[in-house]
Amino acid sequence: MSTTHQSSPLARLEQKTIQDIILKGKRIDERGPFDYRPLTITLGIVEKANGSAQVYLGKTRVLAGVKIQTGTPFEDTPNEGILTVNAEFVPLAYPTFEAGPPDENSIELARVVDRGIRESKAIDLSKLCIDPGKKVFVVFVDVYILDHDGNLIDAAGMAALGALVNAKMQEFEFKSGEIRYKDSKMALPMQNYPVPITSVKIGNSVIVDPCLEEEQVMSCRLTVTTGKNDDVCAMQKGGLGTFTPEEIKQIISSAIQKSRDLRTKIISKVN
Amino acid sequence: MLGNKKEEKVRLLDDNGLRVDGRRLDELRPVKLEVGVLEKADGSAYIEHGRNKILAAVFGPREAHPKHIALADRAVVRCRYHMAPFSTDERKSPAPSRRELELSKVIRESLEPSIMSEYFPRSTIDIFIEVLQADAGTRCAGVTSASLALADAGIPLRELVAACAAGKVDGKVALDLSDIEDKKGDADLPVAFMPKSNAVSLLQMDGSMTEDELKQALDMSINACRTIYEKQKEALRTKYHVEREEAEEEEVAEVNA
Repeated sequence: MSTTHQSSPLARLEQKTIQDIILKGKRIDERGPFDYRPLTITLGIVEKANGSAQVYLGKTRVLAGVKIQTGTPFEDTPNEGILTVNAEFVPLAYPTFEAGPPDENSIELARVVDRGIRESKAIDLSKLCIDPGKKVFVVFVDVYILDHDGNLIDAAGMAALGALVNAKMQEFEFKSGEIRYKDSKMALPMQNYPVPITSVKIGNSVIVDPCLEEEQVMSCRLTVTTGKNDDVCAMQKGGLGTFTPEEIKQIISSAIQKSRDLRTKIISKVN
Repeated sequence: MLGNKKEEKVRLLDDNGLRVDGRRLDELRPVKLEVGVLEKADGSAYIEHGRNKILAAVFGPREAHPKHIALADRAVVRCRYHMAPFSTDERKSPAPSRRELELSKVIRESLEPSIMSEYFPRSTIDIFIEVLQADAGTRCAGVTSASLALADAGIPLRELVAACAAGKVDGKVALDLSDIEDKKGDADLPVAFMPKSNAVSLLQMDGSMTEDELKQALDMSINACRTIYEKQKEALRTKYHVEREEAEEEEVAEVNA
């Protein structure tokens, strides 16, 4: 069952301070309200994975790995490969992260990242079919949260995208019921590059890319994932507060703008 | 959720711009609401929204159990969204799926802003939503009915929460997608809204929409939420108005005796 969490008592003490600073058009880490933290992305740091990417978003650190294996297609999509996204909130990342089955926060994060990739049709899954109805490639994206300093969804979404563009798989032939792998490697058939941008509401102000302290005092957040043609492909509101329709429209517009630079940055890492 | 949209192209709009079930683009499916449908729950409601059939029940405020989940300054709100195994085309395993776990969370977060939980420290308010038959838009119908169940339980609310989705079919923004439109359509945007507070408490989206389409769909679904909000109030009046008349009749009977 989904249950109300206890808000951090320390965060509640800080609430007014953080709110007052934002009202002056500033942030506790001296950013402007619509400034994104510096993003660093490194591709291919795990050699055994087909693809991998590590993202630093300020002090938030997320590692994503892609593994490609074969499996049976779903009955309703016999001609398509399979995408699965999973997220681990690793205990070493934060004092209250616990080992064990995924909780609602990691499930929500994984599903928001999954929706971005799936709905933007980032991977052409029809090219990952080996034998229709029998055998297809399965693309596993595993997101590892290594250090939690706020805005995990954006960091995870960009790490997942980085790992996908970095991924290499063996080229193959399918003849008389058998797969033959060739020596050469190929990239995943990518056709879109979804980037999530999260904004949060604190008091009556909206800011982008919250750090942990801001996230702990936020009333709610809205993630808007945009693909390469500025089309929005996924959204998710979270938290116990509410947005006015006007705030939502403003957040959508600014997220579309913001995602362009970040997308360019991630794609430019390939080659 | 939207599965495979690529296979055979299905026409979702006819030459007159009408939809598969004959609706206009901005037309809601029929919505029927009933309050107080369960005997033992503190509050309950039933909704039929298109072919969705959903029961919602509320227990509480009651003592927090286990005790350690209690909060000192407010009630803990717990929510479970669940689909019956027979509610879908293919049997759904009764074990909670990742989808159901996520929806339980977003539904809780859509209802909590409306609950005056600060009046009930150390207690829990439990919300249970059972989808008996699913026909696209179950999370929205779930929110609409659960909000009524909260009111029926006598829990102080800031406002009722109404919910409805908009989406895109055959390239056109459309209200309240049906099952086939959801599966073959281009996008889905579920929204929960509190009209008096002008507050959106649930917002999700998947598919593909331009900025303008998205804004148009948002306005469309918010408008529909206002319509559903009126139906919610009507459903509450239907139950409690009758009861008051009965109570008054009893009073009169007592005075006369």
